[in-house]
Amino acid sequence: MNYLWDFIIGGLICLVGQILLSKTSMTPARILVLFVTAGVVLTALGLYEPLVKLGGAGAQVPLTGFGYALAKGAFKGVNESGLLGALSGGVKGTAAGIAAAVIFGYLIALIFTPKTKK
Amino acid sequence: MGARVGEKTVRFDMPPNILGFSSVVGKDEKNGPYGACFDITFEDSLWGEKTYELAERKMQLKAVETAIEKSGLKAGDIHILIGGDLLNQIISSGFVARQMGIPFIGLYGACSTMSESLLIGAMSVDGGFAEHVVCATSSHFATAERQFRNPLELGTPKTPTAQNTATAAGAVVLSAQRGQYPSVISATPGRVVDFGINDVNNMGAAMAPAAAETIITHLEDIGQRPEYYDAIITGDLGIFGSKLLIKYASELGWDLSGVHRDCGMMLYGDNEKMHCGGSGCGCSASMLNGFFLPEMIKGNFKRILFVATGALHSPTSALQGETIPCIAHAIAIEMGCSI
Repeated sequence: MNYLWDFIIGGLICLVGQILLSKTSMTPARILVLFVTAGVVLTALGLYEPLVKLGGAGAQVPLTGFGYALAKGAFKGVNESGLLGALSGGVKGTAAGIAAAVIFGYLIALIFTPKTKK
Repeated sequence: MGARVGEKTVRFDMPPNILGFSSVVGKDEKNGPYGACFDITFEDSLWGEKTYELAERKMQLKAVETAIEKSGLKAGDIHILIGGDLLNQIISSGFVARQMGIPFIGLYGACSTMSESLLIGAMSVDGGFAEHVVCATSSHFATAERQFRNPLELGTPKTPTAQNTATAAGAVVLSAQRGQYPSVISATPGRVVDFGINDVNNMGAAMAPAAAETIITHLEDIGQRPEYYDAIITGDLGIFGSKLLIKYASELGWDLSGVHRDCGMMLYGDNEKMHCGGSGCGCSASMLNGFFLPEMIKGNFKRILFVATGALHSPTSALQGETIPCIAHAIAIEMGCSI
């Protein structure tokens, strides 16, 4: 059942991205940024937490999940070290994700070269 | 020397002859319905080179060499090489010219480059300023993606109205030499037309008005109906843009539906992966040199109007919200009228 909800929630978030790509002239970069900030805003309003509870990885793996982690980190930072924590907490909360993206991105770039689709 | 006819058209006195022509295409184009027509094809999009830019340069170089060879001339006989492509500072053409050692005039006409270079080449030959010229152009899917959209590394999907930049190159040798060849009779340089479309994924729609205007101006200038030509060939309007062209023209009282062909629609046939069809400088160049000119020599077409269309925006202007200015130049080619 967990897998099903993950699939549904994750799929719905991706569907929003596909609709934006197909129906608007927004560039992919703008959509990515929109997803991150939407994740932050929804988390701050308390609307994203229920999605994560229900959808698990389905809500955390898409870019909105990165925004969720940023916002959660900021909240945590405030609780631990006051207002300054609002600035440092976000990056702390997402540090693992950022470092993994850089390291794996670098490794993959070393191993593979891009090709045109077959 | 030629003379002006009507409002914008130039008619050549001694129509320059097309002595040789060539087409070089990649795998998707080879697998299309006209795959067997092209002179040189290659399987891997890098074509044994280190980068896609080098592969595109190789395509254009092979096209130029093959066209000169097929015309029975040598590189040293060519007075001017006229070429352009889609990359910043038209590097494919510049580097090809470096290798060929022929005096070079570089053009930027986006996807209209084949007809733009033929127009200037024909003027140079008919004006007596050159005996033989080569007109060349190229485009490559992967280099154009990097130039105009995103590098392939980013893996961004395409929108439904998007067209596929053809991996293709073509070159034409124009000459003052007489004989039984297809020859360039007249040409109509196009005006830059902008209907306010700013969606870079819908280039066909942006270019259709420019094509309609140039075609109609040409027909009015020479005082003929569309049926005068066996085919009126647009470069890369695609499925959507071609429909718009027919619609615009009919609103202005011209029925092009009987004779209109679009290289972008023809190149890949019904391949859904290619969305609305092919585009790029090489699309019209390879179809002209791979299909239409050979058909003229076979006698299946007597008279064609070749109208390559181009979008003159840059990635920066598009991101800044500018609309897409478009152009189309018309080249009238007739078989065996200037022996």
